[in-house]
Amino acid sequence: MSDTTQELVLAADGRPLKQSLRRALLRQKLRALMLIAPLLIFVVVTFIVPIFSMLFRSVENEIVPDTLPGVTQALADWDSSTGELPNDDVFRHLYIDMFKASEAKTHTRLGSRLNYEMTGLSSLFRTTGRGLDDIGEEWQDPLEDIDPNFKDGAFWYEMMSGTDGEDLLEERRDLFATMVGESMDGDVGFIPSMQIAEMLPWTTRAYTDFAIWTAIDDEDVVAEEDPWESVYGALGMDLTNPDSVAAIQSYSGFGADALKAAVANVDQLPQTTFRAEFGKENEDWLSPEVWSTIQLYSSRMTPGYFLNAVDMQLTPDGIAEKPENQQIYKQLFMRTLVMALIITASCVVLGYPVAWLLANLPMRTASLLMILVLLPFWTSLLVRTSAWKVLLQQQGVINEILVWLGFVNDADRLILMNNATGTIIAMTHILLPFMILPLYSVMKTIQPSYLRAAKSLGATNWTAFWRVYFPQSVPGIGAGSILVFILAIGYYITPEIVGGTSGVFISNRIAYHISSSLNWGLAAALGSILLVVVLGLYWCYDRIVGIDNVKLGG
Amino acid sequence: MRLLTSISVTALLVASSGTSFAADDMASNMTLVSWGGAYQASQTAAYAEPYKKMHPDVTITWDESSNEAVAKLRAMNEANNVTWDLVDVVAADALRLCDEGLAMEIDPDEMLEAAPDGTSAEDDFGDLLVSDCFIPQIVYSTTFGYRTDMVPEGVSAPDDICDVFDVETYPGKRSLEKRPINNMEWALLCDGVAKDDVYDVLATPEGQQQALDKLATIKDDVIWWSAGADTPQLLADGEVFMGSTYNGRLFSAIVEQDQPIAMLWDAQVFDLDGWIIPAGLPEDRLARVKDFLRFATDTQRLADQAKYISYGPARASSAPLVGKHAELGIDMAPHMPTDPKNSKNTFLYNYEFWADYRDDIDAKFQAWLAQ
Repeated sequence: MSDTTQELVLAADGRPLKQSLRRALLRQKLRALMLIAPLLIFVVVTFIVPIFSMLFRSVENEIVPDTLPGVTQALADWDSSTGELPNDDVFRHLYIDMFKASEAKTHTRLGSRLNYEMTGLSSLFRTTGRGLDDIGEEWQDPLEDIDPNFKDGAFWYEMMSGTDGEDLLEERRDLFATMVGESMDGDVGFIPSMQIAEMLPWTTRAYTDFAIWTAIDDEDVVAEEDPWESVYGALGMDLTNPDSVAAIQSYSGFGADALKAAVANVDQLPQTTFRAEFGKENEDWLSPEVWSTIQLYSSRMTPGYFLNAVDMQLTPDGIAEKPENQQIYKQLFMRTLVMALIITASCVVLGYPVAWLLANLPMRTASLLMILVLLPFWTSLLVRTSAWKVLLQQQGVINEILVWLGFVNDADRLILMNNATGTIIAMTHILLPFMILPLYSVMKTIQPSYLRAAKSLGATNWTAFWRVYFPQSVPGIGAGSILVFILAIGYYITPEIVGGTSGVFISNRIAYHISSSLNWGLAAALGSILLVVVLGLYWCYDRIVGIDNVKLGG
Repeated sequence: MRLLTSISVTALLVASSGTSFAADDMASNMTLVSWGGAYQASQTAAYAEPYKKMHPDVTITWDESSNEAVAKLRAMNEANNVTWDLVDVVAADALRLCDEGLAMEIDPDEMLEAAPDGTSAEDDFGDLLVSDCFIPQIVYSTTFGYRTDMVPEGVSAPDDICDVFDVETYPGKRSLEKRPINNMEWALLCDGVAKDDVYDVLATPEGQQQALDKLATIKDDVIWWSAGADTPQLLADGEVFMGSTYNGRLFSAIVEQDQPIAMLWDAQVFDLDGWIIPAGLPEDRLARVKDFLRFATDTQRLADQAKYISYGPARASSAPLVGKHAELGIDMAPHMPTDPKNSKNTFLYNYEFWADYRDDIDAKFQAWLAQ
């Protein structure tokens, strides 16, 4: 080490050996990665991504701000604790947003979403959607009487058109696109005029929405179509605003006469508020409760589904427990865990002797026994469960035999199914192979000579088994238990068929919310909780038993 | 009969040749979604086979997914890949699909055949057009059946819905559907609520509790079912004395399988089943579906269906044409839920009410069940 300028070791090609080695290793790693790449990509695309996008629904709540962008913004300042209704500005936004949504048929979707939080909102949105035209016509009819030009689609087009309102158009287009969830790209054939937009802000919004929908979705020419009723309603809104009225007085562009006539005859227009109009459509709009629900759920993300999944709810005063007669999920989670543990335990008790026999009988008999274990495993799950139904029901095989033998009185036959007992019996049977097979593969590797050695050293049968054999079979029990427990906790079909009411699992509720109530957010929240619980238990298991002690095969 | 059939087939062929010029623009295969079992068989026999005879080049694929049609359609729609062309659903699901924008809106007069006497389709279906997206085919009812051999001696057979709640006179188990719909209404009816007030009462928390309390009086004697086939099986095995299910299921248990079961028609709840077209079909497939739909929902086809299953046709004009069972040769009219003798006291499923209250009441019902 006297020479400080240490010479590098070179490989055969003259490069430093270290670098050359690293490169070779990297190449190897890349090759390995390439080999598993098809599987990896497959798993990510078909498994990981869908699962996470499903789980994401448990917090996602974009439908509310996307469908009612104006309302949710205007509602932000409203204080629900006062018990007063929001001001008319909110109702005006509601009219513009709802009209647009009802044209695109998304208002009922929002209604279904909010109905999960407050009963009655589904029909509130559905029925109001039908009455929006009537509200607009309250203004349309007198406006057309004041100046017949208002009947003419081409007149409206000419009046609203300009050259400088591109930004406004794009803003409304984006709002539309996020609401319907698809692109609204294309030529609208209309650009709002900024002068009009400043003078008549509500009308411009409504008309721009109309123009976008007409041109892009209906594929009609905007100038040839009569505007939506909402445009007249919006003009009514503008005419109550002193600034707009003043601007109209000094306006001299196209349509100035008609607008001035409308201002002059403003007393012919309905002297009412949009709040009153919505109240006429459905008095639920005048309930502050409806509005606080909308306000509570107007953010893009919501903890609401998760709270629901643990029997809590979001209220204006913070998070609260649900009323007792609606609490169900905590109980179901507990039941699922307890029953899965019972099933796992009974699988161990029943499976251990069978696996021992399998491992220790002579080859021929063991194969036969193996087939007996596997045969039900190869039979359809539904068939096996239905067979249990035939066996377990009150007029079923087991009860008949017991009555015939005189063990049970005919009048009080055992109730073996449509309760937790039925689920435990049927699921233990169905999951038993998942316990026996890992146990067997571990027991197969235990040398019989150990037992003989123990006995020859003076151990009784029990001591030999308990001190020598059993500890060696623990990895098999561990593997079998993990398999059975994790399968049991997510089981769905068997509890559904034989579980009745007290033997169903949380997965049955998840299935109900996925396929029947369509509350996918709640289903995703329940599923996420189940996933976290399983991972948590797995972690505990690793800490206590150690996952290295688990053997799935020899 | 043969002559009649051949005449009508010829007439149809002539009629259809008028529209066949458009055949080039129509897709040549169609995926229909239905419930499987006897019901789908009746649709195949009444509409699909005759249609295939008229259009031999069309392949019709059946998918037995109506049970989870709403969820699957939503998933397909989100994936932008709707593979179904026509879906058979119950009216409540049609309402939801329409609300969710997953089903296409229908103009009955434009898309459906008028009745033979010229009545427009809209009037012919009448009140049964409960949703803008829904074309009803049949009226079915959820009602009770009971085992005739389990009626206690000296007691008259049950003929009142409240006999279900009377476990003293009629001891034995009952099977009820594991959901609040129908059960809550029956419970209130038998707890002294007038028929017209049932939904007003059920809209209040007190009314919901009242219904659950009434159900609680028989809770220990109830086996809850979730598949339509459960009750017929439970009745056949003697597991229950009486149970609710769809009337067609009971019909096949009684008439086709000759079980000692009888109907308890009192307070049967009418419900509808029919077609929806998924939203956003490409034009050629839509054209084919429309063509099929026009044929499959005309007066004769709906009447034909009743030859195979005991559900009432949804068109008023089909009712007089209902004949005999195709195989058993018995008169079908007395087995129809709409027969005057059977429909002395009926209920029509209140779609709007349940669309609103379903989640709320279901939560309470499930919590009550779990107690």
